Amino acid sequence: MTDELPGTDAIAEAVGERQFAAGEPLLRIDGVAKTFGTFRAVDGVSLDIKAGEFFALLGPSGCGKTTLLRMLAGFEAPDQGRILLGGKDIAQALPHERPINMMFQNYALFPHLSVRDNIAFGLKRAGMARADIATRVAEMVALVKLDGLEKRKPDQLSGGQRQRVALARALARRPQLLLLDEPLAALDKKLRESTQGELMELQRRLGMTFIIVTHDQEEAMTMASRIGVMRDGKLAQVASPRGLYEAPRSRWIAEFVGDVNLFDAESKLRDGHRLVIGTRDAGPLVVAEPREPFGEVRLSVAIRPEKVKLSRRGPVREAGHGTAINQLDGVIADICYLGGTTTYKVKLDAGGMLQASVANSARLDVDAYSLNQPVVAWFTPDDCVVLPS
Amino acid sequence: MRKVSRLSRFNVASLALGLAFLYLPILILVIYSFNASRLVTVWGGWSLRWYHEFFNDRAMIEAAWMSLRVAVSSATIATLIGTLAAVALSRGERFRGRTLFSGMLYAPLVMPEVITGLSLLLLFVALNAERGFWTVTIAHTTLTMCFVAVVVQSRLGSLDRSLEEAAMDLGCDPMRAFVAVTLPLIAPAIVAGWMLAFTLSLDDLVIASFTTGPGSATLPIRIYSEVRLGVKPEINAICTLVIALIAVVIVIASLASKLSSSQGESAAPL
Repeated sequence: MTDELPGTDAIAEAVGERQFAAGEPLLRIDGVAKTFGTFRAVDGVSLDIKAGEFFALLGPSGCGKTTLLRMLAGFEAPDQGRILLGGKDIAQALPHERPINMMFQNYALFPHLSVRDNIAFGLKRAGMARADIATRVAEMVALVKLDGLEKRKPDQLSGGQRQRVALARALARRPQLLLLDEPLAALDKKLRESTQGELMELQRRLGMTFIIVTHDQEEAMTMASRIGVMRDGKLAQVASPRGLYEAPRSRWIAEFVGDVNLFDAESKLRDGHRLVIGTRDAGPLVVAEPREPFGEVRLSVAIRPEKVKLSRRGPVREAGHGTAINQLDGVIADICYLGGTTTYKVKLDAGGMLQASVANSARLDVDAYSLNQPVVAWFTPDDCVVLPS
Repeated sequence: MRKVSRLSRFNVASLALGLAFLYLPILILVIYSFNASRLVTVWGGWSLRWYHEFFNDRAMIEAAWMSLRVAVSSATIATLIGTLAAVALSRGERFRGRTLFSGMLYAPLVMPEVITGLSLLLLFVALNAERGFWTVTIAHTTLTMCFVAVVVQSRLGSLDRSLEEAAMDLGCDPMRAFVAVTLPLIAPAIVAGWMLAFTLSLDDLVIASFTTGPGSATLPIRIYSEVRLGVKPEINAICTLVIALIAVVIVIASLASKLSSSQGESAAPL
């Protein structure tokens, strides 16, 4: 089969030997599409990834992120488009011809081989000398802190240890690009959080390029330097975690990433450099001028719950909120205590519901609100994002 | 403290009844094989006389040797072809008529042996093949191949496909990935399949009697023709030896599968 693909060995050699400096363009995905039967799993995705990046593909299940990853690894061939690694098209190359390794979701450790042999597997295939293999394996074992477990079989390891073996095995060949398919999905919450930190540390230390696939937006936000959100086979937005959270490009992304209050716009009124948007559920809201004009599409106003501040309603209004900002009257309808924060649901007098997330900055609950207490919810125009519905 | 897993009296009784039903006839056969008397049903004291008789019965020894050779060769060929068929059906790309093919592979499992035997006989006659060792071997391969395929395919089905993908990701071409990862993991099933094929071939009377020729009778055929003239105690001795052989094979098979299951994943279905 290699004969049909002239130059694939050359790709592996050229790319495999070359070390890419951080920031250099490493991978270009260009108009890639894949159809299974009549289902268009990946629909014209284009994306550039630089060397040294920690990139996350985020999306709900069935959005095509795993298919895209499998095309990068070579387990699926794209129907259309190119995948350029270091300038060479590898779209049709077989998995073993690519200087890319993958860490599988279920780890896919070879059950008949010990930890040592699992890690050495790829090195033996690469024709490395025995002594070099031993050195590299020892290095990897130390790197992922598996010392003393080299002789164990995978079924004698805990979930976290297996995850480390899988990581060490994928890293051992020093790939140009490491693909991680839901690497932490099988771990419990505490272990997941500590492993997130270790993965980030490792990526920084090795200066390697990681692409991670996940459905967990918190995980993507924590680890990745850039996130690509996928929906229905398309890239909906590519941005930094902050950009994604604070400036989502659509209503769907705003809802998918974190919690958000959304109000449908009914009217639009320009007031100097500010825009006043009339909503049915929250009345008129003053918002900052959106960066891009939307034309005549239906709009929504999005406010993150932690941007909403609450004040007591009384004869004398508390200081701190002037007249230019949005003030909505309501009563506390629901209280959800989460430890670090408390989420209040405010039933607005205008009819809608508004979520406010308040940090519990004091141990004693002098600041806490009680059920049915009248409050003022307020936020600035800059905290609102206007989105096309 | 009471043991939770203790058997109740009812369980013990039903277990004993079941085992007796299965093994009493065999036990009687084994005991009578050590009978000194010439009459099968009359006990005349312990003796190894009939074993001695068997080892001096050239025709019987030849039949036993024939049976062993047929069993080993047909089991080996059947394991090879059956494993390949199982791999093709569970790993190959989905092709048109795949379901039909796997259905057709299983058909011989339920086909009456008389029909298999007769159709093979007709085939060999049509081909003008000389009937003997090879025709029986081919016929037994036909019979046992589907058993091997079923055993191996069920093991392949329970194997995680991402293991092969991981091997390819780590630098194996598809063939190498199969040899380095899949083959060691399905080895217990292949061994079990071979053992199954071996015992089925050793045991078969119907198909062998259709497809064998003069002068190359297998042990079951020989025994059957002897018994028609009256049961000689020698037959008991032969049967006891066959039982011993099969018991050894089964013990080895289960030990092998236990050994490999302690290395990882579940044991092969046997």
